[in-house]
Amino acid sequence: MVSIQNLHKKFGKNQVLKGVDLNINEGGIFAVLGPNGSGKTTLIKSILGMVIPNKGEISVLGENIKKSSDYRHKIDYLPQIANFPSNLKVRELIKMIKDLRGNTSDDERLIELFKLKPFLNKKLGNLSGGTKQKVNIVLTFMFDCPLIILDEPTTGLDPISLIRLKDLIQKEKANGKTILITSHIMSFVEEVSDEIVFILEGQIYFKGSIQDLKTKTSQPDFEHAIASILTENHA
Amino acid sequence: MLKILKYSFFDLIRSRWSYVYFAFYLLLGIVLLFLNNDLSKAVITLMNVIIVLVPLIGTIFGVMYYYNSKEFTELLLAQPLKRSSIFLGQYLGVALSLSMSLILGLGIPFIFYGLFESSAIWDFSLLLVTGVFLTLIFTALAFNIALSNENKIKGFGYAILLWLFLAIIYDGIFLMTLVMFEDYPLDKLSLVGTMLNPIDLSRTLILLKLDISALLGYTGAIFKQFFGTNFGLIVSFAMLTIWVVLPVLRIVFKSRKKDF
Amino acid sequence: MKNLIVFFSTILMASTTMAKTIEVCNSCNISSLKTAISQAKDFDTIIVKKGTYKEYEISVNKPLVIIGKNYPVIDGELKGEIFTIISDNVTIDGLFIINVGTSYTEDFAAIRVRKSKNFIIQNVVLEKLFFGIYIEKSNHGKVYHNKIIGDAVNEYNSGNGIQLWYSNHIEIEHNYVEHVRDGIYLEFSDDCLIKNNVSAENLRYGLHFMFSNDDVYQDNTFENNGAGVAVMFSKKIKMLNNTFKENWGTASYGMLLKEINDAEIIGNTFEENTIGINIEGSNRIVYKNNDFLNNGWAIKVRGACYANSFVENNFLYNSFDISYNSKVNDNVFDRNYWSNYTGYDLDKDGVGDVPYRPVKLFSYIVNRTPETIILLRSLFIDIIDFSEKVSPVFTPDNLLDNNPLIKNNTW
Repeated sequence: MVSIQNLHKKFGKNQVLKGVDLNINEGGIFAVLGPNGSGKTTLIKSILGMVIPNKGEISVLGENIKKSSDYRHKIDYLPQIANFPSNLKVRELIKMIKDLRGNTSDDERLIELFKLKPFLNKKLGNLSGGTKQKVNIVLTFMFDCPLIILDEPTTGLDPISLIRLKDLIQKEKANGKTILITSHIMSFVEEVSDEIVFILEGQIYFKGSIQDLKTKTSQPDFEHAIASILTENHA
Repeated sequence: MLKILKYSFFDLIRSRWSYVYFAFYLLLGIVLLFLNNDLSKAVITLMNVIIVLVPLIGTIFGVMYYYNSKEFTELLLAQPLKRSSIFLGQYLGVALSLSMSLILGLGIPFIFYGLFESSAIWDFSLLLVTGVFLTLIFTALAFNIALSNENKIKGFGYAILLWLFLAIIYDGIFLMTLVMFEDYPLDKLSLVGTMLNPIDLSRTLILLKLDISALLGYTGAIFKQFFGTNFGLIVSFAMLTIWVVLPVLRIVFKSRKKDF
Repeated sequence: MKNLIVFFSTILMASTTMAKTIEVCNSCNISSLKTAISQAKDFDTIIVKKGTYKEYEISVNKPLVIIGKNYPVIDGELKGEIFTIISDNVTIDGLFIINVGTSYTEDFAAIRVRKSKNFIIQNVVLEKLFFGIYIEKSNHGKVYHNKIIGDAVNEYNSGNGIQLWYSNHIEIEHNYVEHVRDGIYLEFSDDCLIKNNVSAENLRYGLHFMFSNDDVYQDNTFENNGAGVAVMFSKKIKMLNNTFKENWGTASYGMLLKEINDAEIIGNTFEENTIGINIEGSNRIVYKNNDFLNNGWAIKVRGACYANSFVENNFLYNSFDISYNSKVNDNVFDRNYWSNYTGYDLDKDGVGDVPYRPVKLFSYIVNRTPETIILLRSLFIDIIDFSEKVSPVFTPDNLLDNNPLIKNNTW
């Protein structure tokens, strides 16, 4: 699905990714974890082509992404901070994204699901953070793409919406899609993900199932396992 | 690109700032006509104002739009769109909405005042064409500045500095140079100096229209060829076009390499 | 008065009763002008019928009236001068004279009047000429309704349209002169009236005065001449209601004044000239009710000009209103309208409350370094002009119009 070889990225003097090699197979939910500044978002943005790597190769669905934009037709991306043009109405934004990516009818179902109907004619600038995130989710899930990338999807969501999001993720997984998630909410990660990719100081520190991680760190639960990695490496 | 242009444009023409800009020009047009009571004189005053103000507004607005729509840009970047079309679309959206505010804001009062029956219509058209060129140039320069500076404050600072430099400081240095080297033949130098600054270039276009009598008083042969024939007009417009194309190319180039 | 009437009627009687009429045409007994003149008696009338007459060096040596019917062509075949009038009381009317000879040693003219009085030259059309109408040492003549169309290219081998030399009391009216060297040229000629003429597209000056005093020129139009109108070394000239237009170029003026004293310049229009009026060494001149419109420089003062007054003129949209090359000012500016005036009139008396300073620092800079003209209308220039306005350093600080008008002067 996604194959990354020897990926290097430097921002000024700050070497963020130091030779990442990663293969993500088709199907399943992958959580990308790591402490702040470890390079999670950089990795995801590299896959999306928003960050141009200094070295290394990325291919998505067998296609090298360098100098190409069409492969993004196959990716749904949920950005971390959902800040939209404030003068547009929700309805117009949805229409616009449909206009840009091609038509879909899934949006109505999702609007219904997240109870966004009353907000359709409001300007995006006047929405609360949570509502914006819901709009964000609608925009992401309304297309039927084999790869879904979610950057901190839970931000600002109320419990009901969170449950609906989880359902949505599971459903997509059931449809055989590949889903990449970053999150700080460990319980969420533990609940949804099949496999963990742990990034530390610009390299893949661990890749495997949660069970493997627990075994490796000999910790009884997931949160402690993560914590132990961090304390070990910073001590 | 056209789609991005469309959305940026509609986003902008609904924004508060477009109205402020539009209202400003409307007011300027009305006040000038009211104070001067004379269309030709109002056009002349307006020319003096336009060549300084349009660049200022273009730079500030361009930088502001870029920084404010950063997240939106990131949303677009994740879509299957070419980077160049995203940025060119946004750039044209800003530049065109600014140009529209300019044309409508000034056009409406002048048309009501009887522009079409007046001999000043060509001067006025030249004024608007120059205004549009300046908007295109300075919005492009603003995008360049913004693309190269992540820091908003720095970006704004550079934008203002750029304007200050091209609108005032450049001419000061230019004047000093000319006065210092007055013993040498200067007509080539002075024309080249003019070409290198889009504000001076637009000013030259206006001079060609308003001050041709004075310009022909100067002896230099190159000057004479430049101002005495259509040569000057053609060269000025060609240079203005280059001034639009170069920064736009840099937007394309820079955006291709940039990380978000 | 009674005597005068008797005198005139006697002359009239004499001319009707005693004078003969001689007809000249290609098929007549008399087919050349020269023969006609030699056969004519004093005060006869010669009528020249339509046709082409290849003649030159025609000497009119007795008082005659020569009238062309339907514009007969007198073709000099480029061989020399065509008419030379050396008698008083000659009238030439309605001829079409072409192909005057060109020479570098002699000033051949289409019609020359030499040492004669009371001549009239009217309704004559001149083409392909060297000099047109050349009046030397002749007084009390009239030059009316003539059309002079030259094809001058270079100053050194072209002549003037109408030239006066040591001739006084001449009236030059309703003539049209174009494409010669100087349209109308006066040298040592006093008390002449030049009125309602159009002088355009001439190589050098539309009108040129040298050492001529007490002349009046009014209601003329001078357009697109190489260097405009030059008035030099003359006294007490009245220049009224003329139009000076589109005289463009390096050494080009609407009007050039050099060593002119006690003149009156009233009611003229200076439009789109590189320099409206260029003044050098001219004193006690009154400039009143003139319009200066869209000129590069409305008035350029080049030193040694004293006691002139500029009153109630309109200065409209000139690139520079006044330019001085010194810091000294002895001239008065009052009650003019300046379109560049930015003051206000709070007491609503039609006079601006702040004096206007018509000389800008930038005009001083342009005088020094002409290339800087390219910075005209720059914001930077506006700023330095403003600071100069607040505290004059380079420009005469007493050069002010204390009563700048808020509205155009009308008269």
